[in-house]
Amino acid sequence: MSDLLSARVLMAVSLGFHIVFAVAGIGMPLLMALAEGLWLRTREPVYLDLARRWARGTAILFAVGAVSGTVLAFELGLLWPGFMAFAGGVIGMPFSLEGFAFFTEAIFLGIYLYGWERISPGAHWLAGVLVAASGVASGVFVVTANAWMNAPAGFRLVGGRVAEVDPVAAMLNPASLNQVVHMALAAYVATGFGVAAVHAFFLLRDRGSRFHRRAFAIALVAGAVTIPLEVVSGDFLAKMVARNQPAKFAAMEGHYRTAAGAALVIGGLPDDAARETRWAIRVPGLLSFLAHGDFGATVTGLADIPRDEWPPTAVVHLAFDLMVALGVALLALAAWAGWLAWRRRGLPDDPRFLRACVAAGPLGIVAIEAGWTVTEVGRQPWIIWQVMRTTEAVTPMPGLVVPLVVFTGVFLLLAAIVAFLLRRQFLETDPARVGSRRPDTRGG
Amino acid sequence: MAAETVLALVVLGALVLYALSGGADYGGGMWDLLAAGPRARRQREAIEHAIGPIWEANHVWLILVVVILFTAFPAAFAALMTALHVPLTLVLLGIVARGSAFVFRRYDVQADAVHRRWSRVFGVASFLTPFLLGLVLGALASGDIRVAGGRVTTGFLAGWTGPFAIGVGLFAQGLFAFLAATYLTVDTEGAPDLQEDFRRRALLSGLSLAPAAALAFALSRRGAPGIFQMLTGLWGLLLFLGTSACALGALAALWLRRYRWARAAAVGQVTLILLGWGLGQYPYLIVPDVTFEGARAAGPTLRMLVWALAVGAVLLLPSFAYLFRLFKGRDRQA
Repeated sequence: MSDLLSARVLMAVSLGFHIVFAVAGIGMPLLMALAEGLWLRTREPVYLDLARRWARGTAILFAVGAVSGTVLAFELGLLWPGFMAFAGGVIGMPFSLEGFAFFTEAIFLGIYLYGWERISPGAHWLAGVLVAASGVASGVFVVTANAWMNAPAGFRLVGGRVAEVDPVAAMLNPASLNQVVHMALAAYVATGFGVAAVHAFFLLRDRGSRFHRRAFAIALVAGAVTIPLEVVSGDFLAKMVARNQPAKFAAMEGHYRTAAGAALVIGGLPDDAARETRWAIRVPGLLSFLAHGDFGATVTGLADIPRDEWPPTAVVHLAFDLMVALGVALLALAAWAGWLAWRRRGLPDDPRFLRACVAAGPLGIVAIEAGWTVTEVGRQPWIIWQVMRTTEAVTPMPGLVVPLVVFTGVFLLLAAIVAFLLRRQFLETDPARVGSRRPDTRGG
Repeated sequence: MAAETVLALVVLGALVLYALSGGADYGGGMWDLLAAGPRARRQREAIEHAIGPIWEANHVWLILVVVILFTAFPAAFAALMTALHVPLTLVLLGIVARGSAFVFRRYDVQADAVHRRWSRVFGVASFLTPFLLGLVLGALASGDIRVAGGRVTTGFLAGWTGPFAIGVGLFAQGLFAFLAATYLTVDTEGAPDLQEDFRRRALLSGLSLAPAAALAFALSRRGAPGIFQMLTGLWGLLLFLGTSACALGALAALWLRRYRWARAAAVGQVTLILLGWGLGQYPYLIVPDVTFEGARAAGPTLRMLVWALAVGAVLLLPSFAYLFRLFKGRDRQA
C-alpha cells in the first residue's frame, strides 16, 4: 500500500471512528438535559433516574470521543503537514474556537457527572445545558473548517502562498452554513433514533416499563422532529454542492453527460470507462429540478470535467444514495410514529412499530458515515477544492502502513469495549426494578 | 508587544498549566500503577477521586497548545509534526490508552481482577506518555532538527533519540510523579494513613528529582547549548535559585506535614522549570532554524486569535475556578 493511500485510509478510519463519538457528544447531552429538565418540572423520579443513566453512557462516549478527537488534531499535522503549513493560518481559527468549546464541555461535564450531590438541582441542570450547547458548538466549528476545504475563501493565492488572509471570511465560506446545519441535525437524528432503538428493545420485553416508556418517548421525539428538517437541509446542501463543486455533484449523482432536463440516477453502478451508470433507475428531469429547482436546467456531467479531477465515482455515488435512502427510511419511520401517536393520543408502542425502531437504530449513524464519505471522497483529488491536491499535502514520513494497522486495531478494540460497557450499563441497572413498580395505565 | 510574542507566551502558559494539571494526572496514573501495601485499593480510589472530575478539562490544555501552534505558527507546526512523527504518534497511543482505560475502569465490573487490568493499562500509559512528551520538548531544544525551505532535512530520528531528550523525558516523569504525590497529600486530608503513604511517595520522588535535574543540566551542555547558555547566565542563576528554593520548601513542608504549603511550593517549582525552558528556547520554536517570528501566520489571523483567546479566557477562567472550587475547595467533603 502506498504511503499516500495509507495516510488517506488512516485519516478515514480515524474520522469514521471519531464521528460516532462526536455525534453522541452532541446528541446525548441534549437527551440528558431534557430528561433532567422534565424531572425539575414534574418531580417524577423516573426522569431523574433516566438522566443519571444516560449520563453514564455519555461519560463513556465522551471520554472515547475526547481521545479520538485528540488523535485527529494531531493527525492533521502528522499526516498532512503540507496542508497545515498552507492552511493553518487561514482556517486554524475555528479549530481554536473549537478548543474553547471543548474546554467548556469538559469542565461542565465534570461538574455534571460528579456534582449530583454538590450543587443545587437547578445549577446541575444548567451544567447539563452548557454541556449540550458547547457540544454542538464544537461540532459547528469543526464542520466550518471542513466546509472551507470544500469552498475555500478568505485569502488570495500569490505565488503558491496565501496572502490577504481574512479568517472571518474563511469561516463564513459559502459551504459553512449548509454543512453546519446538516451535521448538527444529523447528530440529533442519529442519537435520537439510536437511543430510541435501545429503549424500544427493552419495551418489547416489558411494555409497561415506565422508565423505558419515558426514555423511548424523549429519544423518539428528538429523532422524529429533526429528521424532516434534516431532509430539507440536505436539499439546500445538495443545491450548494451543485453550484460550487460540479465534479462532486456529478459523482454523487452518477451523472456523466451534461444535459438539460437531466434524469435522476438512483442506484446502479457507475462505469467511468463507459461514462455511464449501469443498471440504475432513472427519473427524467428530476436531477435538474433537485439541483437547480427547474426541470429544464442544465446539469454538468463528469464528461465535461478534466479526467484528472474526477473523484472516485462509484464510491461517491453509492455512498450518497445510501445516505439518501437511509434518510428517507427514517423519515418514513417518523411519519409512522406521528400517525400512531396522533391516532391514539399517546406513545406509539405496537410491537411492529417497536421492532421497526429497533431495526432503525443504527441507520442514522450509518447515514452519517455515508455522508462523510460523500463529502471527503467526493472532494478528491483535492484536499482544498481547486487549490491543493491531496498528493501535495501528505507527509514525507515512510511506513505509514504501521500506524494505520496499529490505530485500526486500537479503534476496533475500543469499539468492542465501548459496546460491551454500554450494554452492561443497561443490563446491570435492572430496568424492571425502576420501571414496573407502578404500571402506567395512561400509556405514557 | 507583537501578536506572535503574545501567542508564544500563551503557548508557554498553556504548557505550564498542562504540566500543573494534566501532568499531575499522569503522575496520579504512575502512583496508581505503583499502589502497594495494605491500602493499595484505597490509594487507587483516592487517585480516581482526585482526578475524576477534572482530568478531561485538564487534557484540553494540550489541545489548546496544538491548535494555537497550527493556527498561529503553521510552518513550525508542519515541521515539528514531520520531524517528531514517531514520538508524537506514540504520545497519541498513550493518550488513547490512558483516557479509555480510566473511564472503562470506572464503568466496568467492579471485580478486583478487572479493576487491576484497567489500572495496569492506565498506569503503564501514564508512565510512558510524559517520557515521550519530554523527548519532544528535548528534541525541540536540541538543535538537531534542521529545517530548510519549510522542509525537514534531518529525517525522522533527529533530536528525540539523543541523550539530552532522554534526560528531559526522565525528568518529566519524576516531576509529574512528585507533583501528583504532593497534590494527593492535600486531596487525602481526612484520611491520615493514606496521607502518610502519599507523603512518603512525594518525599522520595522529590528527592530523586535532584539527580535527574543535574543529569539533564549536564546533558544540555552538548545536547541543547541554548538551554545550557541560558541556565549558566544571570537569568539562569535567578531561576536556579528560585526553583531550588521552591523544591527545598516543598520537601521541608512535606517533612513538616504542612501539605498546602508543599503543594504551593511544588506548583512554583514546576512553573519556574517550564519558564526556564521557555526562556532558553525563545525565540526558537525549533532550534536553530524555526523561530516564532519566522513561522507566524498572517497578521489578521494572529490578531483575531489574540482577541479570541482573551474573550475565551474571560468565559473559561471563571468556569475553571468553579470546577476547582467545587471539587478541590477547602470545604469539600473528602
